[in-house]
Amino acid sequence: MDSSAILAEIPRLRRYARAMLGDRAAADDLVQDTLERAWSRLHQWRAGSDMRAWLFGIMHNLRIDQLRRPRLSAHSIDADDFDVPTRATQNDQLELRDIESALSRLPDEQREVLLLVALEEMSYADIAAMLGIPAGTVMSRLSRGRERLRLIMNGEQASTRLRVVR
Amino acid sequence: MSPLPITEADLQAYVDAALPEARRSEVENHLAAQPEEAGRVRTYLTQKQALRSSFNPILDEPLPANLSALASPPPTVAADGRHRPLLARWSLQRIAAGFLIALVSGFAGWLAHDRYPPPESLARNSPLPRRAAVAHAVFSPDMRRPVEVGAEQEDQLVAWLSKRLGTPVRPPKLGALGYELIGGRLLPGNVGPVAQFMFQDGSGQRLTLYVSTENTANQDTAFRFAQEGPVNVFYWIDGKFGYALSAGIDKGKLARIATAVYDQIEHK
Repeated sequence: MDSSAILAEIPRLRRYARAMLGDRAAADDLVQDTLERAWSRLHQWRAGSDMRAWLFGIMHNLRIDQLRRPRLSAHSIDADDFDVPTRATQNDQLELRDIESALSRLPDEQREVLLLVALEEMSYADIAAMLGIPAGTVMSRLSRGRERLRLIMNGEQASTRLRVVR
Repeated sequence: MSPLPITEADLQAYVDAALPEARRSEVENHLAAQPEEAGRVRTYLTQKQALRSSFNPILDEPLPANLSALASPPPTVAADGRHRPLLARWSLQRIAAGFLIALVSGFAGWLAHDRYPPPESLARNSPLPRRAAVAHAVFSPDMRRPVEVGAEQEDQLVAWLSKRLGTPVRPPKLGALGYELIGGRLLPGNVGPVAQFMFQDGSGQRLTLYVSTENTANQDTAFRFAQEGPVNVFYWIDGKFGYALSAGIDKGKLARIATAVYDQIEHK
């Protein structure tokens, strides 16, 4: 068990969680839960296997659990409940905020695949294995997610504050 | 042999540079003849780049204490009394030692997991949110004397509370969110004084920030949410400090304000 491997993955876990949830506090909560669960399930990790995929898999499962019981526990801050915290509004930031806002309007499963591809640069096959879905489903989620993001960005550039619609 | 038709999956794989060289040039030929498709693919490439530009800076952020704590022994209060458990300040040896301890503890915990119930997170058992909510419920409805020292004497308020708590405390500035400081007061905590700052918006809605310096368990937390009757509370622990933001407003709004407060306190 190469312990420093976990430490090295924390920034990536945070980036992905923040992009998924749109909120820093909720994202860091999710990362914390992921790490706690990883430590408690260390015996399930097979030495030599891909630590990153293992951790992302744990995070995915936790997220599914959270979505199934959204009202439970102290971890119930949901990106749907409030606007993403405001950030600097220089012009070069506007476009980034637009894509974050548009991203938050994608269905969870499309956003997930899109981010694993764009940020984590995981292969389609690895994503399919991690999420436990067929490769064809990965492709269709990716394709639909990208197209939906394109339409959102095209159609609604004028309005900035958008509610999440699921 | 004529090339296989270009599918949607080919276009996606093209965006992700996941095609074999031969197929890639077939897709390029196809796109050269299909300007509309080509425009769509360009948009997808732009999206991908925008996502990276938007979220990659997170990789360089210092890790919050509660996360780095999960890779090492619980952080302690530094010698100067200020809580700065930044990973960057730690030597590799300490990190390695921390891992070893975490590893051994984790293993011991696993061994013991049948014998003992799982440890409840400290923050979930914390009296902090309850005390904060009660203090909010007692003082915020008071129209005539909601605070001991008003915002017009903010300097004195800050100096007084800092002196009584034995450490610098300062109210956040929430004007951008529509809330102005109306003042603060000293309250009894578990073992000593705690501070309460009160804010009010244009409609008279009040929120209070409860600041305690009594945490000794050395376990930081991220945001937690609690509800005491009509009062919603977001709270977090950072070193010896416990913060709780209470108001009778909906959770989403309060979360946004709590985020702002957190940012101001943690990135002062």
